Amino acid sequence: MKNKLFENIMQAIFLILGLIAVGFVLLISFYLIISGIPAILEIGVFKFLFSKSWAPTSPQENFGILPFILTSIYGTSGAVLIGLPIGFFSAVYLSKFAPKKIKLIAESAINLLAGIPSVVYGLVGMLVLVPLIKIIFSLPDGASLLAAILVLSLMILPSIIKVSINALEAVPKEYEYASLALGATETETVFKVSVKAAKSGIATAVVLGVCRVVGEAVAVIMVSGNVANMPSLFQSVRFLTSAVASEMAYSSGLHRNALFSIALVLFLFIMIINITLNFFIKRDRKG
Amino acid sequence: MNLKLTFKRKLYIFLMKVAMIFSTVFTVALIAFLLFYVLAQGIRNINFELLTTKPSYLLGKIGILPDILNTIYIIIATLIIVLPLGVGAAIYLTEYAQNKKIVKTIEFASETLAGIPSIIYGLVGMLFFCQFLKLGTSIIAGALTLSIMNLPTIMRTTEESLKTVPQSFREGAFGLGAGKWRVIRTVVLPNCLDGVITGCILTVGRILGETAALLFTAGFAHALNGIITGLVSPGATLSVALYVYAKEQGEFEIAFAIAAILMILTLIINLVATLISKFFKLRSSI
Repeated sequence: MKNKLFENIMQAIFLILGLIAVGFVLLISFYLIISGIPAILEIGVFKFLFSKSWAPTSPQENFGILPFILTSIYGTSGAVLIGLPIGFFSAVYLSKFAPKKIKLIAESAINLLAGIPSVVYGLVGMLVLVPLIKIIFSLPDGASLLAAILVLSLMILPSIIKVSINALEAVPKEYEYASLALGATETETVFKVSVKAAKSGIATAVVLGVCRVVGEAVAVIMVSGNVANMPSLFQSVRFLTSAVASEMAYSSGLHRNALFSIALVLFLFIMIINITLNFFIKRDRKG
Repeated sequence: MNLKLTFKRKLYIFLMKVAMIFSTVFTVALIAFLLFYVLAQGIRNINFELLTTKPSYLLGKIGILPDILNTIYIIIATLIIVLPLGVGAAIYLTEYAQNKKIVKTIEFASETLAGIPSIIYGLVGMLFFCQFLKLGTSIIAGALTLSIMNLPTIMRTTEESLKTVPQSFREGAFGLGAGKWRVIRTVVLPNCLDGVITGCILTVGRILGETAALLFTAGFAHALNGIITGLVSPGATLSVALYVYAKEQGEFEIAFAIAAILMILTLIINLVATLISKFFKLRSSI
């Protein structure tokens, strides 16, 4: 009887520990919603999301986050546009063609890339990439959307490559043998059969990468110049993440609440991406 | 292969090969550049004085000892908080849970936590730990924030290794009359050590690189503290210090020195992670 009680207590403790993750998600959602909604209501949903000017401290204050939303979307798409082809072809080479030694070296290099802190990316971007862009395009300042896109496309590489390699390696060998037996060469087989079979795995890789890039704050603050312009490749811009990070320290009142609203918008973005990701993974499992 | 291929097919094969080799060489070369550039710029700025003193405005000198200590404090505090939570949750999922709905909810929550950007953790950490719980801007508030962030990592690695513990171990122990908790404590837990250790290493790596979540929760002070006062007072970790020195103060030499240290630590962490997974694979194959 005593034993039974003890076991029940242990089970209850573990149930609570298991539910802690759920509790944290609720806590985060709760705080973001209660601190993010008031400013949106005060400013007006439409004005907040679609007004083009962000001027929280000027006499005619205006809180429009369209520049940040568009910058985040352009920056992420740019990073995918550059990172996806490079990552994809590297992943195909490493999983299907590379000799073992090269594969080992490249994979540990990519693991290193994944582990490098984002401030280090920011630092190198600030001191190497930004001056380089300034010289090449003869701009007054190299801190721009382009610099941010280049840094982000480097940061998206490891997740694209690693997850794609896993997906490509999971393709049943029989598919490839069948294609080879029909007279396709090895390269044709890999690109027309294996890649097609690993399609949703590669899509997962891209979405995971997007997740990391959308949420990146410090590296983009350091290279993008951090001015609230509408996005343009050679101009200084500000992302959703960098808007929150750079103004939090000195904001107050409605301005501060508006920053929480930006965080809420960012959170919704991430949730949408996560749900897309789940969709891909589920489709993958079904076949 | 002596197949006669049409020109179109040959061109396709050629282009694909060029693209693959170009991409791989480009990626690896870029990583090599990054590594050597940071190390070359950083190592010449690392000296004994930098590592063992605190910054002093009077002498106009910068030392990073407080930042090193803060990093160590925050790693220890985070691991102490997150390990029981993460391992416990993993045990619940693999050993106890029978209700599929609960399992799905927990897994969805853990995936959601893994996807939330660190800046949002920073904000919520500031609102909840620093303001609501009145911990103020302090290392412990930072550690609590990082614990939420790293919970999914520990849960996942532990869960994966729990799943590899053979069912027959558990059945054997049950057959001898052991209760559920006893089975978990004596049979299951010792066998999931590899997952827990892997999770710890990943967590340490992530803490080392974290900036955005700590800016508003742990602050950026450089005071030299013992561990007890250190926990309740604000303090910058190495990454935060790097950010502040590079972005706010323009001290690029110091920033590169810290970057080189972080880079070396990342290399070590990757190496240890590989070695540990090899060690445990070897042991489990015997």
